Amino acid sequence: MSKQFPADQAPIPTGPVPPAHWAASYEEEPTQASTPPQANGMTALKPFGWAKDNLFNTPLNTVLTLACLALLWLVVPPAANWLLLKASWSGSSEACREAAGACWSVIVVKHRLIFFGTYPYDEQWRPFLACALFVAMLGASGVRAFWRPWLAVAWALTLVGMGVLMWGGVAGLSYVPNDRWGGLPITLMLSVFSIAIAFPLSILLALGRQSSLPAIRTFCVGFIETMRGVPLVSVLFMASVMFPLFLPEGVTVDKLLRALAGMTLFTAAYLAEAVRGGLQAIPKGQYEAADALGLSYWQKTVLIVLPQALRIVIPPIVNQFISAFKDTSLVTIVGLYDLLTAATVATTDPEWRPYFAEVYVFAGLMFWIFCFSMSRYSQWLERLANRYTRR
Amino acid sequence: MTNPVQALNSARVRGWLYQALFLACALAVAWYLVSNTLTNLATRGVATGFGFLEREAGFEIGESLLSYSASDTYLKALVVGLLNTLAVSAAGVVLATVLGVLIGIARLSSNWMVNRFATLYVETIRNVPLLLQLVVWYTIMNRLPSPREALEVVPGIFLSNRGMKFPVLVEHAGHGWALLALIAGIAAAVAIVRHGRRHREATGKPFPTLPAAIAAVLLPPALVFVATGAPLAFDVPVLSGFNFEGGGSVTPEFTALLIGLSVYTAGFIAEIVRSGILAVPHGQTEAGLALGLSPGKILRLIILPQALRVIVPPLTSQYLNLTKNSSLAVAIGYPDLVSVSNTSANQTGQVVEAVAMMMVVYLIISLSISGFMNWYNRRVALVTR
Repeated sequence: MSKQFPADQAPIPTGPVPPAHWAASYEEEPTQASTPPQANGMTALKPFGWAKDNLFNTPLNTVLTLACLALLWLVVPPAANWLLLKASWSGSSEACREAAGACWSVIVVKHRLIFFGTYPYDEQWRPFLACALFVAMLGASGVRAFWRPWLAVAWALTLVGMGVLMWGGVAGLSYVPNDRWGGLPITLMLSVFSIAIAFPLSILLALGRQSSLPAIRTFCVGFIETMRGVPLVSVLFMASVMFPLFLPEGVTVDKLLRALAGMTLFTAAYLAEAVRGGLQAIPKGQYEAADALGLSYWQKTVLIVLPQALRIVIPPIVNQFISAFKDTSLVTIVGLYDLLTAATVATTDPEWRPYFAEVYVFAGLMFWIFCFSMSRYSQWLERLANRYTRR
Repeated sequence: MTNPVQALNSARVRGWLYQALFLACALAVAWYLVSNTLTNLATRGVATGFGFLEREAGFEIGESLLSYSASDTYLKALVVGLLNTLAVSAAGVVLATVLGVLIGIARLSSNWMVNRFATLYVETIRNVPLLLQLVVWYTIMNRLPSPREALEVVPGIFLSNRGMKFPVLVEHAGHGWALLALIAGIAAAVAIVRHGRRHREATGKPFPTLPAAIAAVLLPPALVFVATGAPLAFDVPVLSGFNFEGGGSVTPEFTALLIGLSVYTAGFIAEIVRSGILAVPHGQTEAGLALGLSPGKILRLIILPQALRVIVPPLTSQYLNLTKNSSLAVAIGYPDLVSVSNTSANQTGQVVEAVAMMMVVYLIISLSISGFMNWYNRRVALVTR
């Protein structure tokens, strides 16, 4: 359908708005992009040639460079002292009081609480195994060669396995009710499940928004715009306090599921807009060709439109996943025990109370590792998609 | 076509049937949920309706732009919360835009060091949840030294665990006149810009628009200010006993929320600004140079109008996000709309009404911001054509 160009011969697209991969390629190699061409071949050979070109080429840049150096001088030595050189790495809180730097012992002592919350201490290998399985599956799902139907089967098996590990009650594992779950498993599960359930829902919503039937279109537009217009906190409040009122007497849904429902509806509205972007990017000729072949609406949608549209929206879906991952931290407001809540609880222990910074740095690092790797992955996907689909 | 079975072959008839079916299902579900809710509320003995708004709230609010006391009504409490939300969002939007534009430009800097610093900022801030950042800022605010050992960041501005204290201008009649003069000056500047454009288009000769407009904005208030005796008396906060007296102040909650929201959103705005500027092909700059325009004019007349077209739509959604994210205030105890609604709901039990009002208010705020930004976007888009 689209002609494939080798990467280096891809024609320059016309129009004032460049494709996203321009930005992405700048993102990738800023040093190379900003290094001036070394046409005379001399700059690189001269000592400090690079510094002259990149740091001191104009008076303004010289001032800026000096300001940055001053900032580095002010920040780096104290930060290095605090983080590493003068930090206390093990031992009791007394040792920390004597050390001039960070108290990483608080992480050594509290890491089980931060990662797994109030899960029974002796059984914490189970959430650990579940998380490891989960992260491994996430990593595997990122490899394009694995994008085959069996991946879905593998995910289903993984989820069953995780359920068995977390709940227990079979195969000699003791039963752990889900109000004792906490920490990283909650964060991972809420984000993955909300995206997984929201995805099919979002396709329906996006199709509904494009529909020619006014009643269905109005409903979808109303739902999407309402969800996008209100904060997630209010949706979570609604889920946690109003859901019980919606259900007939005697039926209760547990707190985790209610938060999941709220997050799913919220995520679905945002994903629906991403999918709509994909639907709108399909050339009109594709729709007309499908009509000319006499395909029905659902044949046209499932066979022609969605396969093309969904390929375009993979990067925005990954970005939405990053958002959802960060947003799971909000469930702490409705009283669930995620990674952030667990970290906050760890800072309230009177013995370790002065060392809140270390705990938050650690929790922030956990979130950062997940989000940063996913955003790098999404940039790679974007470049990949642009390489093969640009005409 | 009168045969009803044949009529089913018509896409239009089937369309109506599907819609009728869909509406019937939606209504049935809605009826089921509403009837369940009503029964549940009745069994719990919770009143319905908005009558509670007239009743006495009975809880204090930490900070308020209006005078508020516990004996005021729920309605007033909610208005106070709404104003707090608007205050922190408005301040946040301004701060985040300034910071974001600076960092976005820094990311494009040819200076390797500035570039790396800006990248480090963006990649760190964007990949850590806002709530975590807010909690950290709030914890820092709370563990600042007491007012006696307050940090003096800039002379006159004190940071302590009671919040930020800063000097304020003592009110004087001259200020009002200077403000009026400023408004008149802005109106004059708008007229000058219009005249300048018409003059240029009619004669082809340049008109000193920028200096004339700046003079029109700055001169009248400055003259009025000097004429009224240059009243520059500051009310500086002074330590007395255990706390400061005089000056203006903001609470630790507000400061933490404002810093957190601005710093976080600035990371996203920086990326938007960067991609907007990159979106203008380099040929445009070269064409401008070939026409003999100065670098300043190229930026102002060629690059910015085209970049704004790319920047404005995503910027709008960042402003909306900032406003919605201000609801995280509830986690650090800043009395915003969500937090006040939550307290009201807990006290009265009228959860449905409180959550519904909260959502409607946020919807109205969102729609107004996107309405304004769409209007602005249309203007920017027109300029480029």
